[in-house]
Amino acid sequence: MSKVKKKVKTIKIDVDKCNGCRACEVICASFHSAPKYSSNNPARARIRLIRDPLKDIFVPVYAGEYVEAECMGRDKYVIDGKEYGECDFCRAACPSRDVFKEPDSGLPLKCDMCEENGPDEEPLCVQWCLADALIYEEREEEVEEDVKLGDLELGLKSLADKHGLRTLMETVARMTQKG
Amino acid sequence: MRYAETGYNLEIDLTRGNIERVESDPRLTELHLGGLGTNAKILWDRVPPEVEPYSPENLLIFSAGLLGGTPAPGANRTIVSSFSPQTKLMGYSMMGGFFAAELKHAGYDKVIIRGQSPDLVYLWINNDKVEIRDASHLKGLGTLETAEIIRKELNEPNSQVAAIGLAGENRVFYASIEQGRSSASRLGLGGVMGDKRLKAIAVRGTKDVNIARPAEFIQHCNDILKYVKFRDKNPLGMVPPILAGLGSPQEMRIHDEEWHTTNFTWGNARHRRKDFWTEDISKSWKETQENATQRFLSCYNCPLSCGASVDYPGVPKYMMKCYSKLTYTMAAMSDLEFGFKINSNAQAFGVDGFTTPQVIAFALELYEAGILTDKDLAGMPAGTEERFFWLLDRIVRREGIGDILADGTYWAAKKIGNGAEEYAHNNIKKHEQLPLKLGMLNPIYFLMYSTGEKINITQIEGQFPQAPFSTKEDREEFVKDWIQVPDEKFKEYFLNWEMRGERSIPHYPPVDATCEIVDWMEKMHYIDDSVGMCAGLSSFPLKPAYHLHNYPELISAATGIDFDEASLSQAAKRNRTLIRAINNRRGLRREDERPPEDHWKHRFPELETKLLDEYYKFKGWNNQGIPTRETLQELGMDYVGEDLEQRGILIHEQS
Ligand code: SF4
Ligand code: SF4
Ligand code: SF4
Repeated sequence: MSKVKKKVKTIKIDVDKCNGCRACEVICASFHSAPKYSSNNPARARIRLIRDPLKDIFVPVYAGEYVEAECMGRDKYVIDGKEYGECDFCRAACPSRDVFKEPDSGLPLKCDMCEENGPDEEPLCVQWCLADALIYEEREEEVEEDVKLGDLELGLKSLADKHGLRTLMETVARMTQKG
Repeated sequence: MRYAETGYNLEIDLTRGNIERVESDPRLTELHLGGLGTNAKILWDRVPPEVEPYSPENLLIFSAGLLGGTPAPGANRTIVSSFSPQTKLMGYSMMGGFFAAELKHAGYDKVIIRGQSPDLVYLWINNDKVEIRDASHLKGLGTLETAEIIRKELNEPNSQVAAIGLAGENRVFYASIEQGRSSASRLGLGGVMGDKRLKAIAVRGTKDVNIARPAEFIQHCNDILKYVKFRDKNPLGMVPPILAGLGSPQEMRIHDEEWHTTNFTWGNARHRRKDFWTEDISKSWKETQENATQRFLSCYNCPLSCGASVDYPGVPKYMMKCYSKLTYTMAAMSDLEFGFKINSNAQAFGVDGFTTPQVIAFALELYEAGILTDKDLAGMPAGTEERFFWLLDRIVRREGIGDILADGTYWAAKKIGNGAEEYAHNNIKKHEQLPLKLGMLNPIYFLMYSTGEKINITQIEGQFPQAPFSTKEDREEFVKDWIQVPDEKFKEYFLNWEMRGERSIPHYPPVDATCEIVDWMEKMHYIDDSVGMCAGLSSFPLKPAYHLHNYPELISAATGIDFDEASLSQAAKRNRTLIRAINNRRGLRREDERPPEDHWKHRFPELETKLLDEYYKFKGWNNQGIPTRETLQELGMDYVGEDLEQRGILIHEQS
């Protein structure tokens, strides 16, 4: 595989600055509705605020990869005397919980760094976080080229995992006939 | 498709345990917007004036605003409406936090509760699944604790819970409904919830809220955020720090309390302490506040974070809402530390942070005066702070003297007798007011205090400066970018307003200008309360982010209903007039429209009469403060006029 230059996009999350407003969820969900901004629903956001104000827990978490099975074990972090919940820092759309899944279809959601918005724009959640808890940083790196799954493929893969590839193919075939 | 609103209300009958999802009439949105406006319409239609606030026939409505659940920054208010046990008039209170958006996403604009449950219950709204659940295990528990337990037992950490505490369960006349860092506190709506034996409402929603014209709408939202950022970098000069920024207000960030502590009264709304604020106090209060504050907290989709979580040694954690830190402190003539301590209990019990400390200070004053005796207060500890804790506890349990005090100073004084009424001196329409006692009558405030339907000055006052600026340069500077004014003439009124001389209070602003100023400020509150906007971004602070010139387009883009300044103003006027008529039907008349006698030292009976006369006319009301047939007709509410006439409240004039 050949080496290519790749832009690494990072969002630095300063949990100490988070005020728990969930504006990041709102704007992410709105931006990703179709047509853009035509609806709002934080349950579809690709960022989720884990929020427990009385324990002073505020963790904005970005949706990462879809996984077929939940972890074999769990982690539990204690930081500065605050005990975080299992899975609080995890980015996976995983069968053990309902975050990072479309509420009706259950299809996994993944942060795409708002790529549709063009390369010069900061991600929307960063723009709407006026508390500066989310800071966007960019750098270039050389990495090996690899093949990436697109949105549709990712969705199909999760459906195949859920229902089995055969059922999925049969359903698609049936739907095409009805078409 | 309905935009911005869901188009559905949830009807709950607690007597029969009945749950229904009912489509609302889209024409009502054009007429009344939503939130407070449509709540008022429902209360007019369905709750006749004979219905007692504490009775199964009374309704308790939790409503999101028209913009709730959309990305409009700060549109997070839940408007709770019913009839107040204290004033017997319509009671409405707004809470921030996260409840309204969740309700919209569950698919409802409102939850309308009627009847009375035989046992303590809570309501669980999970999208289309709605259940009434047993709450006997939550009886007597604190508001935050209740929410925690409910979230755990439902295994729904993302559900939002509004709950009452002991005060609500025991139908205290000024019990609040608490929801995380926010509450609906005024006018005893928590008592109504307790009377219905409804401990809490939990809601979780994962449905879409639709926007009619997305690109246009989001542009407006981005402009609002841009302006919020600008104001953050450029606080207004020329006013005290507490008035310099946006928010509701920024009580947890600001330590400089000179303005409140020297202008507001202490104890039972009696004493000004003009020399209280010293360098030592300033230092020690700053330290207290910084130690107590754990994190600044915002409501849903608002960057202003004007609340905070409080981690004060020795008391359970809670979240502080703007001004409560000072109300107990000042009523007890005590220290800020005391305020941080007692608020933890007060919020767990669920009581109004304005009224409660005044009721307690009132009781202690009666004790000093010998009107309440050791017999009445048997078991009361020594020391003012201890007494505050003790009386608070009696009140929320309605034990002993607490049972009388739980009705508020007006009703308590009547029951106690023996001259106690003199001590309930800070009420309007039977409801405790901000502890302010000033020198010279201010005509603008006179009208706001007298006629405000919320019976709470902070819900009508707003963006016109509270006092003139001393120099002409400052005034000129202030009006330069004052784009929020509905008309240029308001700038003139302010430019010409002087501290002393001919153009100063009480005779300036002149009566007609005063009417216009009050009407403008009130109108903005009525729009906010109907669309569910936090006043902290709109009607309350100087030079707010939302105003009459950007609101119509923003609301139109969200809803697809075309509003311009005129039709939006008309909708606000319709709502305002309807609430007036609801209260007229319950007996509200001109004689009730009076600020406390001692509110200002210098009063001007003739001027005050003229102010009321002219303002009533300006509003299209008759001399008794009742909307005329013509006014009601022009607003498309002839059915209201007919009803008022049939009841003999309006006299048929043509015959
Ligand atoms: S927008 Fe920023 S402050 Fe608000 S919840 Fe998200 S990360 Fe926290
Ligand atoms: S970067 Fe974009 S896609 Fe990712 S969470 Fe933020 S708003 Fe959503
Ligand atoms: S201004 Fe303050 S009270 Fe209002 S919505 Fe924002 S954070 Fe909440």
